[in-house]
Amino acid sequence: MALQSLDIKARSATTTQPPAARDPLHVAKLIDISKCIGCKACQVACMEWNDLRDEVGTNAGIYDNPRDLTDQSWTVMRYSEVEVQQGRLEWLIRKDGCMHCEDPGCLKACPAPGAIVQYVNGIVDFHEEHCIGCGYCITGCPFNVPRISKKDSKAYKCTLCSDRVAVGREPACVKTCPTGAIVFGSKRDMIEHAEGRIADLKARGYANAGLYNPEGVGGTHVMYVLQHADQPELYAGLPKDPHISPLVGLWKGITKPLMSLGIGLAVFAGFFHYVTAGPKEVEDEKVD
Amino acid sequence: MSTIQRYTAQERSNHWVVAIAFVLAGLSGLALFHPAFFFLTHLFGGGPWTRILHPFLGAVLFLSFMGMAARFWRYNRITPADRQWMARIKDVLCNRDQGLPEVGKYNAGQKYLFWLLVVCIPVLLVSGIVIWQPWFAPYFPVGLLRIAVVLHALAAWIVILAIIVHVYAAIWVKGSIRAMLRGTVSEAWARHHHRAWYRDVTGK
Ligand code: HEM
Ligand code: SF4
Repeated sequence: MALQSLDIKARSATTTQPPAARDPLHVAKLIDISKCIGCKACQVACMEWNDLRDEVGTNAGIYDNPRDLTDQSWTVMRYSEVEVQQGRLEWLIRKDGCMHCEDPGCLKACPAPGAIVQYVNGIVDFHEEHCIGCGYCITGCPFNVPRISKKDSKAYKCTLCSDRVAVGREPACVKTCPTGAIVFGSKRDMIEHAEGRIADLKARGYANAGLYNPEGVGGTHVMYVLQHADQPELYAGLPKDPHISPLVGLWKGITKPLMSLGIGLAVFAGFFHYVTAGPKEVEDEKVD
Repeated sequence: MSTIQRYTAQERSNHWVVAIAFVLAGLSGLALFHPAFFFLTHLFGGGPWTRILHPFLGAVLFLSFMGMAARFWRYNRITPADRQWMARIKDVLCNRDQGLPEVGKYNAGQKYLFWLLVVCIPVLLVSGIVIWQPWFAPYFPVGLLRIAVVLHALAAWIVILAIIVHVYAAIWVKGSIRAMLRGTVSEAWARHHHRAWYRDVTGK
């Protein structure tokens, strides 16, 4: 293993157990939406650290720019204007990107061994050198995050700056955030930190403030503090109960080994039919 | 040995284009079906090449199969005699062929295989196009992609099983392979396995 801090817990299209001798720290990034001012410094820091340059697009008339995640934009700010209480406008700004699910749908769907890995620390990382460009990760993802590059047909997304985390640094977005809306640390510490923030928000009138760490995907290693945790959809369609689609479960679950077994059995059945019942020959003429 | 013409050169060529395309599409698809088969990507020049080639091989299969289906369509209509034949499938499998209902150009098993392919191959085409990266998949919503991958894997599994049975049947029933390789069968073979067709073509 190259780096202890990047010990691998799960690997795409791999049916045996990766090395599991150690259990390093589980990390998490906490995004406190109530503290975000929408300055996009994190977007810029992401581009800089990861050396990405998206095409200059066109202004769609709203602040979201670029309009969507791409292979070059691994995080984008999504701006929602909502009135939860009549006449009280709120500007909810959500930093979108990979949630680093504990139970990653992309990894489950990927057919290429080692193209997607999950480190023991919780980060889900794409190893593009093993990616074959099939797009299965897109069908697996409950958050619509992976993007296939038009240039090389490989899938890309936020790495949670695994290269920085590996050497004890925080992700670039965390380092740059001027308001401290993004923090990083052990998952347990982040939950504890969130609890303090939520208590504060509740005291200030946000009765439904809460942590977004959805159970349906086993929890996530990117979490949000939401002012309205009862309505995550308000935040540019953040899913209320994300989970790996049952269709993906059906496609990638026990059915595949069973179907593969069925193919093997069909071949064996033919062979044993031949050695028991024997070939069907027409008696009166030698034919081949 | 007196022989009867069963397939023309065009029919044989069409069949073997379908067969070759099927094996290549099947192996390249299986490579992505389950990690146990991923080694098959080596036959196609690695993972990305397998992903790139598979849909084109599938498209060749679809086109050539449609040609073959058009040629053989009319011989594959299911008749009451086919149901009687199917009711005695156990005897057929145990090589107890005496007193089976008369069979035309194709027996009931061959006909059901034909109709299964006529249904499944277009399903493979349509579902395959929906998940075809990078050309078509980006235009479809993710919910449809999820349905398409499941349908594609299921239809592929069904046709792979069906073709294993088909290939085995050709090995099992001696005298069949030459029909598709050389175009001819022996009179005895035709009389035994496809009596109604035999009477039709020979007038005997
Ligand atoms: C008719 C035209 C077909 C098209 C357009 C098509 C297209 C595709 C595409 C786009 C994929 C995803 C991987 C990739 O991008 O290469 C795929 C996967 C697959 N295809 Fe096809 N295909 C076709 C026919 C077939 C046939 C005839 C078979 C079987 C004999 C087959 C078996 C498979 C299998 C087993 C998979 C993997 C499914 C999985 O991951 O569960 N395909 N196909
Ligand atoms: S596009 Fe790449 S990362 Fe995504 S599922 Fe396919 S091989 Fe895996």
